[in-house]
Amino acid sequence: MLTDVNLWPLIGVAIIIVGFVLRFNPMLVVVVTAIGTAFAAGFPVEKVLAAIGTGFVKTRNLPLIILLPLAVIGLLERHGLRQHAQRWISSIQSATAGRLLIVYLAARQLTAAIGLTSLGGHPQMVRPLLAPMAEGATENRFGRLPAKVREKLRAFSAATDNVGLFFGEDIFVAFGAIVLMTTFLKEAGIEVEPIHVALWGIPTAICAFLIHAVRLYRLDAALAADIEKARQSGELGRESAGAAQNNTAQQGA
Amino acid sequence: MTLTIQHLYYLVGIILAITAVLTVRDATNPRRYSSGLFWAIYAVVFLVGDKLDPVIVGVMAVAMAVIAGFKGVAGGKHQPRTDAQYLESAKRLGNKLFVPALAIPLITMIGTLSGKYLVVGGTPLLDPKNTTLVSLGVGCVIALGLACSMTRETPAQGIRESWRLTDALGWALVLPQMLGMLGLVFSEAGVGKAVAHVTTEYINMDVKFIAVAVYVIGMALFTIIMGNGFAAFPVMTGGVGVPVLVHHFGGDPAVMAAVGMLSGYCGTLMTPMAANFNLVPAALLEIDKNAVIRAQIPTALLLLTCNVFLLYFLMFHK
Repeated sequence: MLTDVNLWPLIGVAIIIVGFVLRFNPMLVVVVTAIGTAFAAGFPVEKVLAAIGTGFVKTRNLPLIILLPLAVIGLLERHGLRQHAQRWISSIQSATAGRLLIVYLAARQLTAAIGLTSLGGHPQMVRPLLAPMAEGATENRFGRLPAKVREKLRAFSAATDNVGLFFGEDIFVAFGAIVLMTTFLKEAGIEVEPIHVALWGIPTAICAFLIHAVRLYRLDAALAADIEKARQSGELGRESAGAAQNNTAQQGA
Repeated sequence: MTLTIQHLYYLVGIILAITAVLTVRDATNPRRYSSGLFWAIYAVVFLVGDKLDPVIVGVMAVAMAVIAGFKGVAGGKHQPRTDAQYLESAKRLGNKLFVPALAIPLITMIGTLSGKYLVVGGTPLLDPKNTTLVSLGVGCVIALGLACSMTRETPAQGIRESWRLTDALGWALVLPQMLGMLGLVFSEAGVGKAVAHVTTEYINMDVKFIAVAVYVIGMALFTIIMGNGFAAFPVMTGGVGVPVLVHHFGGDPAVMAAVGMLSGYCGTLMTPMAANFNLVPAALLEIDKNAVIRAQIPTALLLLTCNVFLLYFLMFHK
């Protein structure tokens, strides 16, 4: 079948994959990809720059959610928010990182499903509260933590927020994705009720909860094994958990 | 007066301009001039970005990428407080510390839900198109007031803390916006059409299960490339979903759309292109930049497999 589809812009896909695989600086990779793709589509230089500029201005809303809470979170951290979150969770004897994260996953998914997607997030919830609590609960059971375990706990805290949000929000009928889907189908000549699209998201949402919760349930045992291994190799003797944490908190990314 | 997203852009622009000044004056920062320039350009984008010629903004975005790409963005040495100081104030303030932190999501939520009722003399108080983000802004300002009165610090100290965290995040803070820009360039250049063409042209869609698998896995793969399920959805659904799954096999379009979009989200869990969800949290938590993605890949792959079967069996439920 002959078509008039220009396949050259696909070169952008190749550039971005190669760039990320070779671990070039992501900012440079993205800009080079944008320039390469626009050239491949036959844009002249001026239009290439204009496309980048227009896109950059249109997406100014994206960093707001990170930038705006920084002053408050920074101020509270200066006054011991993380330390308090750790101490607070230590007072709950039955708390483990896995259980804590399962509870958070359920809460995040359920609140997102009724449209409360902003009750969470990485700058406001994960960094100041959830990750320190996961670390505190684990420290409470095992004492000092090796750096690897600390990293794993933080990564799983961030991951749990993402999974809960993604597979909760799509069940909420007024969510943007539902509007996008029904509008697109309407243009393709298919009428569907938004509520049906939302309801058919539930089976996947349940699977997402079960899969991730099982992984979190097994996390506690995995952490215990990691800590045991680190103890045997003597890794723990060299670092003091509290000091290590405060040092990393001050280092640049 | 309606509080709009434009006011938030001014607010962020001012914070970034102060960040730029503090950075240039920071003798402990090994790259203080190039870092300061980086934040200054970014401040300009927020303050007057919509009034400038797009070509000029384009040049500014490229300049930022070049500064970041050649390691021109660095942070200074911020003097941490001692462990004893942290513990002392943690003990003194106790659970009160949670109040401003939880006030942000709470006020955002209240604003989002009540936004359409907050009307004075026919003028809405919150921008109806961006209620959530504007409420977030309001929440952060109120929470800053709470935090200041509780800790007896000044808002200026809050800005200094914001600068400390911005320094720690570095260029990663700008990456989500760069990737969002790339998504728009991709769609303007017709990348989606080309991908849909290649997918439908070269894969045998006559077997129902293969068609379902191509749609589900294609949504994930395309989301990995674009970093956004919203960008992948029209491409895969227009290319495979509607013509093959709905028209040819008679599947329920509501099931196709729901499972399809959530398959895209599985892709979001696995890609650095979704910077806001994967790279920025890693930078915020001071861990390896791919650590969050690594933690998510098993969940994403298992769920994607479930989705193939869910779509295959549920699509013909009637």
